[in-house]
Amino acid sequence: MTALLHVDNISKRFGGFIALDGVELEVQPGERLGLIGPNGSGKSTLVNCICGTLQNESGNVCFDGHVMDGLAAHQRTHRGVARSFQLPRPFHSMTLADNLRIPLLYTVHARTGPLRSAGDLNSRCDELLDMVGLMKKAKQMPRDLTQVEMRKLELARAMAAEPKLLIADESMAGLSHSEIDDILALLVRLNERGITIILIEHIMRAVMSFSQRLAVLVSGKKIADGKPEDIVRDPEVVRAYLGQ
Amino acid sequence: MSTAKFSFIAIAIGGLVMAFAHWFQVDYLFFASYTILQFIVLATAWNILGGYCGYVNFGSAAFFALGAYSSVALIKFDAEIDSWFSEGIASFLHHIFPLPIPVLILFGALVSGTVGFGMGYLTLRLRGAFFAIATLAMAVVLQTLIVNWDFVGGSRGAYIIRPESLEFAGIQVNYIEYLFALMLLLAVIALATARAIERSQLGFGFATIRDDELAAEACGVPTLRLKLIATTLSGAFMGMAGAPFPYYIGYLQPASAFGLEYAVNSIAMPMIGGTTSWVGPLVGAILLGSAQQYATVTISSAVNLLIVGLMLVAFVIIAPNGLIGLVQEWMRARRRS
Amino acid sequence: MDISFDLLINAIVAGLLLGGFYAAVTAGVSISFGMLDIVNIAHPAFIILGSYIAYFININFGVDPIVVSIIMLPVFFALGAFVYQVYYLSFERRGQESLRGLAFFFGLLFVTEVTLILVFGVDYRYVEAAYIGPSIHIGLIDMPLRMLVPCVAALTLYAAIQLFITRTFTGRAIMAVSQDQLALQLMAADPIRIKRIAFGISIATAAVAGALLIIIQPVEPSVGREYIGRVFAICVLGGLGSMPGALIAALLLGVVESLTATFYGPSWAPAVAFGFLLLTLAFRPAGLMGR
Repeated sequence: MTALLHVDNISKRFGGFIALDGVELEVQPGERLGLIGPNGSGKSTLVNCICGTLQNESGNVCFDGHVMDGLAAHQRTHRGVARSFQLPRPFHSMTLADNLRIPLLYTVHARTGPLRSAGDLNSRCDELLDMVGLMKKAKQMPRDLTQVEMRKLELARAMAAEPKLLIADESMAGLSHSEIDDILALLVRLNERGITIILIEHIMRAVMSFSQRLAVLVSGKKIADGKPEDIVRDPEVVRAYLGQ
Repeated sequence: MSTAKFSFIAIAIGGLVMAFAHWFQVDYLFFASYTILQFIVLATAWNILGGYCGYVNFGSAAFFALGAYSSVALIKFDAEIDSWFSEGIASFLHHIFPLPIPVLILFGALVSGTVGFGMGYLTLRLRGAFFAIATLAMAVVLQTLIVNWDFVGGSRGAYIIRPESLEFAGIQVNYIEYLFALMLLLAVIALATARAIERSQLGFGFATIRDDELAAEACGVPTLRLKLIATTLSGAFMGMAGAPFPYYIGYLQPASAFGLEYAVNSIAMPMIGGTTSWVGPLVGAILLGSAQQYATVTISSAVNLLIVGLMLVAFVIIAPNGLIGLVQEWMRARRRS
Repeated sequence: MDISFDLLINAIVAGLLLGGFYAAVTAGVSISFGMLDIVNIAHPAFIILGSYIAYFININFGVDPIVVSIIMLPVFFALGAFVYQVYYLSFERRGQESLRGLAFFFGLLFVTEVTLILVFGVDYRYVEAAYIGPSIHIGLIDMPLRMLVPCVAALTLYAAIQLFITRTFTGRAIMAVSQDQLALQLMAADPIRIKRIAFGISIATAAVAGALLIIIQPVEPSVGREYIGRVFAICVLGGLGSMPGALIAALLLGVVESLTATFYGPSWAPAVAFGFLLLTLAFRPAGLMGR
């Protein structure tokens, strides 16, 4: 089975600082991959390079059989990569429903053509908001949301783009126990529908219960990649975390 | 209300204004109102890029002046036809030239729109701040080029003779009235376009660029393409506003065409009126424009500009959403109480 | 074209002297734009303000313009701190610095220029000092003192700032705040206060730059606008935040402008800086020594 995402030896530096150093990663279709690593290890840079927000300097990113280097972020979203931002970035001049309407109009329509009526759009927005429990706040503005609700909106907006690969970047920070379970259940449901998911998290119990496979990034290098229960016992991984 | 209905109503209102003005026949009013209508177009054009997309253009004067100077170039070309071309070609060209103003307006749109597109293509991949500085740079470069281009008069300026009147459907129309009518139509088109954009998917996309460009890209919005559309449209409308200007003013000099008052007013009027809707630039242009027309007669033009500058700074600090923003907040407060 | 060697070498030297001066002009923007990420397009307005103050005190009290500028340093510093405070409270805190911040500074630029027109009129003003007039002759080279003195003063200012940034605690805090505001906060330094000090310094340099400007050339209110392009061109070409880079860029720009003015005529000179800026932004936005 060919990998859905193949990150082939990519590197990225900012001035003198090497953020990513020859990172190699493969994600199979339908897989649930967890990505962990200490702060500053390059996880967000990796996500940015996969999604096109940043361009990697060497190596390439292959998605669905096509090399994506040089493609702008919006083109990659059209091809099926979606991400939520670690620090939520809602469109603050629009209601929640309108926030979701953007990826629907600009990504989903771009793929299939404007086959959907306004009514369809509205019901899809409602569906998405309902999935994250924000249905009642559809007409409210992002500034009226709590931090937690903004993270859910981030996730919903990424889901609205109907991706093949969804990258959830620390969506669970600050959530309560039950809220974490809700999001996990949501992600598992999405995965059952065939969406490949990369979960980037610090909350170990979430990562452990969710991931089929775990990759560890430290100082821009991938130091481990395999079954979760093996990874957490790997001495190098333990050293990387405890040594921080 | 659909765009078609709005345009119809706007044209009807414009027609009423026109009839009213024609009946009154006060030349000074035509001159003064022409300036205000010009500012409506400039402010609306600026707002498409500035208010809707969040990209500040400091070079409005340059786009305006390019429209004016493309007209001058075509007018001068007309004067040179006999000396440049052989008899056969010359007589053919004389059938087309001198070009009627509506055609000059289209040329203005083409020239300024193309420059807008080109400049956007070079600089829109960068942050908004760099784009703003680039617009300043472009304005100075263009001004220097025009100052050194003797064909259009260079720094000495160009005299454009305005005909007394024009025949339109059998009636003799005072030329200044004709210019007024054209600018009125242009203002209606600009407002209708801005309003149509606001309500369309395009306008929705513009808003995401203004709110958070990175997130917009992640959602699939082709930000560069949209920004280029905005810059081109904005530049084109400014060029259209500039095209009839040589006829209006009679003597065109780079210093006046590229004048600072165009740059300041195209920014101040939308920001004071309100940048989130088409109404803002309209309100800003009418209020500020009328105030300035009145002030220039009673106080010096420098004081008048000073007041505009101070108002800009004050509004930007205190009332970031402009007058419409204040009205909206007042209405929201009333609804709650 | 028969290029006389004499003319060429003098144009280059004049360009280098001018470039040294440009470096001082740009030092302030290197701090505000390069390090603090504040697009202060009103910086030239503060420079012109400095010029006019130097003119006023020089003409009425006979004080040397450079001395005036040194006296004015604390005043301009306070002014800069005040402007930053307004900017921070109104825009930075609300995250609206892109559109409104730019409009704010543009408004300031405009208001300053028009106020100067109203107070002083549009005539060119110039100062009087012992070194305006005489020149030094070294072989073929003619170095007017009115260009040499400002150049030396400018480079001294430049070196002083460079030392301040790299050697003092506050200076290094400013560099830190430009790179990682959060880290600075964790080190128990107030980033807003640091930024205020930095911006104050930035405007203080304008006082000196203004005095030097009016020594080099007569000044009238709209001269500021020509400098916007130069200042940002140098900053961008040199690579934002890199002060050595800005120095090289300043010298380069000075030489090119001088050569253009000598061989093509002074009316083309303003376009040089802006043209440089456009080209750099279009093709190599990271500049020569970019971060």
